Amino acid sequence: MTTAAHQQPATDKNASTKGAISIRNVTKIYDPKGANVLAVDDCSLEIAPAEVCMIVGPSGCGKTTLLNAIAGFHSITSGQIDLDGEMLCGPDKPLADQGADRVVVFQNGALFPWKTLADNVAYGPIVQGLMNKADAREKAISMLSEAGLSGVADKYPGEVSSGMARRAEIVRALINDPKVLLLDEPYRAMDALTKSIMHESLLEVYDRTRVTIFFITHDLEEAIFLGDRVIVMTTRPARTKKIVEVKINRPRDYRLLSSEEFRILVQETKEAVHEEAVKAFEAGERELA
Amino acid sequence: MGKASKRQETLGARAKALVSDLTFRRGVLSILIFLTLWEIGFRFNEWFGVMVPFVGKVDAPSIVATRWSDVVLLPGYWESWYLSMGRVFLGFLIAQIIGIPFGLAMAVNKYFRGMFFPPFEILRPIPPLAWVPASIIFWPTTELSIMFVTFLGAFYTIVINVLGGARAVDIQYLRAAQSMGATQWDLFRKIILPGTLPSIFIGAAVGMGITWEVVLAAEMISGGGQQSGGGLGFFIWSSYMGGVMDQVIVGMISIGLAGYISSSLIRYIGYRSMPWRRMF
Ligand SMILES: Nc1ncnc2c1ncn2[C@@H]1O[C@H](COP(=O)(O)OP(=O)(O)O)[C@@H](O)[C@H]1O
Ligand SMILES: [Mg+2]
Repeated sequence: MTTAAHQQPATDKNASTKGAISIRNVTKIYDPKGANVLAVDDCSLEIAPAEVCMIVGPSGCGKTTLLNAIAGFHSITSGQIDLDGEMLCGPDKPLADQGADRVVVFQNGALFPWKTLADNVAYGPIVQGLMNKADAREKAISMLSEAGLSGVADKYPGEVSSGMARRAEIVRALINDPKVLLLDEPYRAMDALTKSIMHESLLEVYDRTRVTIFFITHDLEEAIFLGDRVIVMTTRPARTKKIVEVKINRPRDYRLLSSEEFRILVQETKEAVHEEAVKAFEAGERELA
Repeated sequence: MGKASKRQETLGARAKALVSDLTFRRGVLSILIFLTLWEIGFRFNEWFGVMVPFVGKVDAPSIVATRWSDVVLLPGYWESWYLSMGRVFLGFLIAQIIGIPFGLAMAVNKYFRGMFFPPFEILRPIPPLAWVPASIIFWPTTELSIMFVTFLGAFYTIVINVLGGARAVDIQYLRAAQSMGATQWDLFRKIILPGTLPSIFIGAAVGMGITWEVVLAAEMISGGGQQSGGGLGFFIWSSYMGGVMDQVIVGMISIGLAGYISSSLIRYIGYRSMPWRRMF
């Protein structure tokens, strides 16, 4: 199914025009000659520029697969994905080129352990040949300071908390001025308190940059709190089951969590996800039996 | 001038810090206890007329120390050090120079791996010492053949570690780098290489140990011919042949020290070149 482009809330002052993702009838089959795993089936989704699009769905339903296809980490079997009207991958070009216009923040964190946070952040502009080392470092340090990380710019990822590392990783993505941030359960292993700090910092970044965000999560409250829309995926093969529109004004803060409006939306999403989770569970049992 | 004295100061401070360091004290204490027990074990027969098995037959540390103080005056002893060290380091260095690129090439290129991994795996189980006779035949000098088996001792370990380490570099690092615009060459230089560094140093540490084992055995086997000989292995062997047991022990402890110096060196280089691992 296809959804109409999303309307930005009225509070949006500097409406962005870049970062529209159009996913049309995308199917992904892993190992078509062997195991033949249908991971994504005829999935369509339109994401507007500067939208925060949250993806939820049962484990193993194909969310990461979809993200990897957008990022160009693997090919699609059929369908087409466009970014701002230009084809990333499609009929004659199943694998999208990887590019700094779509930077990924990974589930387990992928800061390079052998580089300091500042050098990690400076990496993109340097390898792309956009800046020399000194300039890139300078910009990296100033961006880290903006994110409240000036004190740890010269530390290695192993020396800072997971929350700081994850924030630095988002800074490392943003320095490339991407059109789209692709986040794959970035706050999965975090405690509630750290998570809430992460959310505030991500919303702050979003309000400042208006980058399109494609965000996979298991956490429905996180999805509603951050998102403009929440896409509930079906159990594998992934299709869009339900789209929850979150028409809550930005900037948002934590008072929202206790509002009636918020709880209704979470409940609505939970019901849709639960149905799919039950299906996934039963399918899993059948496979075992 | 000022710089030199400052350096001395920091060295002095470091030495002081070391002496007050608990781990260091514990280490010294355990060595002292070991030496004391050894000495008592040897003297037991003299004092109480009871022969302690094993230790009773090994010359006591005091005897070994006396012998050692004589031996250090002999140029031959230092020549043995020099020869063994030279063989170990050359063999080891060549093994690194060939082994690291070879392991990396197998890790990043599946055609290369397909071609060279099978013969490598067939040759690997052959113990380096089994190569001694063959290498004496096909290398023109004994020196070269000792060096060759030394090289082999380190080579396999280095290659296996580099190959395993490079292939275990997390694909997320590669993807992250690629999504930020890294080219294949960037990936190799900035991701695979630093990602493999810890394994390179593990390979080096293990390889260095094997190199010492191999060089000593090779020196004992090849003996002290005119062409080439000596080395700490030969030193032990000839002491044994001459029935000088305390000198055998001097040789053994010398090897222990030599091995310790070599592995400390590797640890130090590893520590310097992997600043991000210092906190572990
Ligand atoms: N490389 C692969 N080869 C075969 N099957 C895969 C591969 N990657 C993922 N899958 C399967 O595809 C399905 C979707 O995986 P994924 O997209 O990772 O799910 P999730 O929604 O949890 O992110 C799962 O059943 C998974 O086992
Ligand atoms: Mg996933």
